Amino acid sequence: MAEEVKLFGTWGSPFSRRVEIALELKGVPFEYIEENVSDHKLKSPLLLKYNPIHKKVPVLLHNGKPILESLIILEYIDETWKQNPILPQDPHERALARFWAKFIDDKVNPPVWRALLGSGDEREKAMEEVKEGLETLERVLNGKKFFGGETIGMLDIAANFIAFWLRVVQEFSGLEFLTPDKCPALTKWCDEFVSCDVVKEHLPPREKLIAFTKNWLSGNGWTD
Amino acid sequence: MEKSDLKVKVLGTWSSPFVMRARIALNMKSVNYEFLQERLWEGKSERLLKSNPVHKKVPVLIHGDKLICESLIIVEYIDEVWPSAPSILHSDPNERAIARFWAAYLDDKWFPSMRSIGFARGEDEKKAAIAEFEKGLVLLEKAFGNCRKGKPFFGGDQIGYLDIAFGCFLGWLRVTETTSGIKLLSEAKTPALINWAHRFCSDAAVKDVMPDTEKLAEFAKMIASKRRGEAPPKS
Repeated sequence: MAEEVKLFGTWGSPFSRRVEIALELKGVPFEYIEENVSDHKLKSPLLLKYNPIHKKVPVLLHNGKPILESLIILEYIDETWKQNPILPQDPHERALARFWAKFIDDKVNPPVWRALLGSGDEREKAMEEVKEGLETLERVLNGKKFFGGETIGMLDIAANFIAFWLRVVQEFSGLEFLTPDKCPALTKWCDEFVSCDVVKEHLPPREKLIAFTKNWLSGNGWTD
Repeated sequence: MEKSDLKVKVLGTWSSPFVMRARIALNMKSVNYEFLQERLWEGKSERLLKSNPVHKKVPVLIHGDKLICESLIIVEYIDEVWPSAPSILHSDPNERAIARFWAAYLDDKWFPSMRSIGFARGEDEKKAAIAEFEKGLVLLEKAFGNCRKGKPFFGGDQIGYLDIAFGCFLGWLRVTETTSGIKLLSEAKTPALINWAHRFCSDAAVKDVMPDTEKLAEFAKMIASKRRGEAPPKS
C-alpha cells in the first residue's frame, strides 16, 4: 500500500513548521494542506474532524490516522521513519531533549507574546522570563553547534521558535530578548539553524510574518 | 556497571499524583528504589532546589548521577532503561502518540479543571467548574473505549502509560468528590471508568503507592488552612 502522509498546517505557526522540518529531514513526501486558523468559521471540516478537542494545527495524517500536538508528532515521525534519527539513542539524553523541548514551549514561547502585548511591569517581568530561559538554553547548548550535536535533532527543531519567530519579534519591536553578549553560542546557533537545508524552506516569509503580527497587535484578530 | 544496576532514588511526596507515576513505573519493572520524602508544605529543601533547579518540583528521579525531571518524561525513561516486560508504552507508534496526547490533555486541561473545583468560590463558580470537569471525564470515558479494545486497561491486558498518567489522579478525584459532595465518576456518565478505577487501584504496582483517601483529605485540609494562614493542626 502506498503510504499517505498529509499535514494540516499554517504558514505562520512554529509548531506546524516543526513537523515540516522533521518530514523533510526524513525524506518523507507529504501533502500539505494550509488551514486558515485566524477565523474559526473557516477551519476545514477535516481539521475539526481530526482534532475535535483542540481544533488546532498541526495535524499529521498517516494512512488516515491523525497524530496531534507538534512534539508528539515529532516523536511519532522518529519512531515511524528510522532514517536520520532526531532523538538521541541514550535514554538520559532522550529525557533531556524532551525536557528542554517542553521547557521552550512552556517557559520561553508564552512570555515572548506576553512581553509584546504587555506594557510596564508586566512587560518587564515577561522579558526577564524570556531572557532567563534563553540563558538557561545557552548553558544547555554548551558551545555545541546544534543541540543535537553535529546535526540538528529534535531539540533544535523544537527551538525553531527561538531561531526565527523570537528574532523577528525582537527586530521589529526593539525588545531585546536574545543578545550575543549574554548568549553567544545560542545566537550563533540561530544563524546555523536557519541556514540548514532542511530548515530554510520551512520558515515563514519574514515580511509577511511581521505584517501579520503587527496586524494582530493592533487588535485585528489572531491565530490560535 | 550496567546502567540498570545503578542506585535509584525518587524525590517526592506521598500525596503527589505526579510522584506516584514514577513509583508505579518503577514498581512495574520491579526496580528497587529509595523514596526520599520532601515536606513541601514546609518549603522547598536544598536537595530539591539542587535536583530540579529549573522547575523546583517533584518528582525527580535520581539514577546513579543522573537527574530526570517531569513525571511523564520519567515514566518514558524508566521504560527505556528497563526495557524488559512489562512494557509501559505500547510498541506501535500510533498507539504511543494517542497515549501521549491524552496524558498531555490530562496535565494541561483536565487536572487543572479538577483543581478549579477546589478553588471555586460560591455555588455558581463551583457548578461551572464541575461542569467543565465532567465534560473532560466524558471525553476520557470515550477515549478509554477506543484505547482499551475490549481489554481491562488503556494499556490492554496490563496497566500502561495512560493508565498511570490518569490513574494517579484517582486519590485526589475521590477527595474532590468528598469535599464537593458530588459523584464525579458515576455509573450514569462514566460506567467503564468506574470499573477501570477499581482495577487500577488494585493493581500490584499501584496499591501500595495510592494514598488512602481519608489521609489525603486530612492532608488537603491541612494545606488549605496553611494557605489561609491558620496554625497547623497537631498531626
